[in-house]
Amino acid sequence: MSDLPITAVPPVARPRDEAAMSRPLLPLRVSGLRLAADGAALLDGVELSLAPGGCTVIMGPNGAGKSLLLKMLHGLLVPGGGEVSWNGTPAAQATARQALVFQKPVLLRRSVAANLDFVLKARGRDRARRDTLLREVGLLHKARQPARLLSGGEAQRLALARALATDPEVLFLDEPTASLDPASVLVIERIVAAARDRGTRIIFVTHDVGQARRMADEVVFLHRGRVAEHSRADVFFPEPRSQPARDYLAGRIVL
Amino acid sequence: MQNIGEAFHLALSLVLSGEADLYEIVGLSLQVSLSATVLACAIGLPIGALIAVSRFRGRGLVLIVMNALMGLPPVVVGLLVYLYLSRSGPLGFLGLLYTPGAMIFAQTILIVPIVAALSRQVLEDLHAEYAEQFRSLCLTRWQSITTLLWDGRYALLTVGLAGFGRAVAEVGAVIMVGGNIDHLTRVMTTAIALETSKGDLPLALALGIILLVLALGVNAGVQTLRMTAARQAHV
Repeated sequence: MSDLPITAVPPVARPRDEAAMSRPLLPLRVSGLRLAADGAALLDGVELSLAPGGCTVIMGPNGAGKSLLLKMLHGLLVPGGGEVSWNGTPAAQATARQALVFQKPVLLRRSVAANLDFVLKARGRDRARRDTLLREVGLLHKARQPARLLSGGEAQRLALARALATDPEVLFLDEPTASLDPASVLVIERIVAAARDRGTRIIFVTHDVGQARRMADEVVFLHRGRVAEHSRADVFFPEPRSQPARDYLAGRIVL
Repeated sequence: MQNIGEAFHLALSLVLSGEADLYEIVGLSLQVSLSATVLACAIGLPIGALIAVSRFRGRGLVLIVMNALMGLPPVVVGLLVYLYLSRSGPLGFLGLLYTPGAMIFAQTILIVPIVAALSRQVLEDLHAEYAEQFRSLCLTRWQSITTLLWDGRYALLTVGLAGFGRAVAEVGAVIMVGGNIDHLTRVMTTAIALETSKGDLPLALALGIILLVLALGVNAGVQTLRMTAARQAHV
């Protein structure tokens, strides 16, 4: 296995293949995805296929490689080996058609409205949509407030609105509700579910089994950098096939 | 020569008297140093931002050189600018030598490295926070740089302040290219040096007091602005 440092894709204009741009992004095919750092395998030959539509929840214990996998699928990290193919398009060229909501929202030092204006302008979208997006996430009344004064739940809703402003075909969420109260969690879930219902493909990382049950159409369970199980949610939760998944769902320590 | 107490008393009287000569010197000092600061920011901030977002072979060496240039000796800058602006120099046709323009030119060269190096540090920290989000949004390098400069604007005020402080307090470069000509290129620092050598301590002290008050005032202004921005969570 190649033991390469974790490398970020440099922020340069990426070549555009017009034919690829007009193709749908799904299905996704991931083969032999590897990444190692300091001799330790972080991702160890991930094989994965995702069909169009719905919500895939990625679960697994800490250190299983969930966030790394998400960033590689989004083209933010270069794998040490293997391939990510979005219907024939490499991950780095698919980034612009996707959006990622990070666990800790990164908000610009501007007002709530200006945070959305920034993305709409940068991605050439209609800026008149701003208020609609803010209303959708329940932040229209805070449009003029500095974004960094928002509560954790509000900040994450703004990050979600910013992601949706780009009209992503695929929306990645990396534990977006990890430190939020139950009411905020439900609001975020409702917004994500609405995006899914409009046809956005959702790929959602979470540790919260209850949330996974509410959101998932299918579950990918990662363990030690590999896919230990990939099944429909109605199969995974009642009868997980792999031992690590059974232990995880039972609340036992998974090493 | 007066004793220090008497000199201070006379200096304060001079400051309060509103003497035209004194305030002409102060005005020119501000004009030269503020112009140099604005020019240095226009040049140095984009350089700092570009280096903050870029990774290239030899970047470490560039940082070492940039940091070293922060300590450029003013007299060396004065000498180089003198050579460039003197009649036989490559920029001699501009006729700038011994004018405020030459002093602005010299101070700009002196503080560009300060602005570039300090802004690089400020913006690199900010970029570390924003980098993944920028990549996720597929921002171009230009979009990243302009966003960093805007979002870091309050922190960058301190960088500009450091540059202004260096410019308004230096004497070596401006005396070489300005010549300390009365009513033309005499600024506070050169006047202080001259009046001290002549033994006119009250005028030197008066200028020194004004220089200190200006430094305090500019610092207080910038600090107030930063605190206001911090209250609005823009810092």
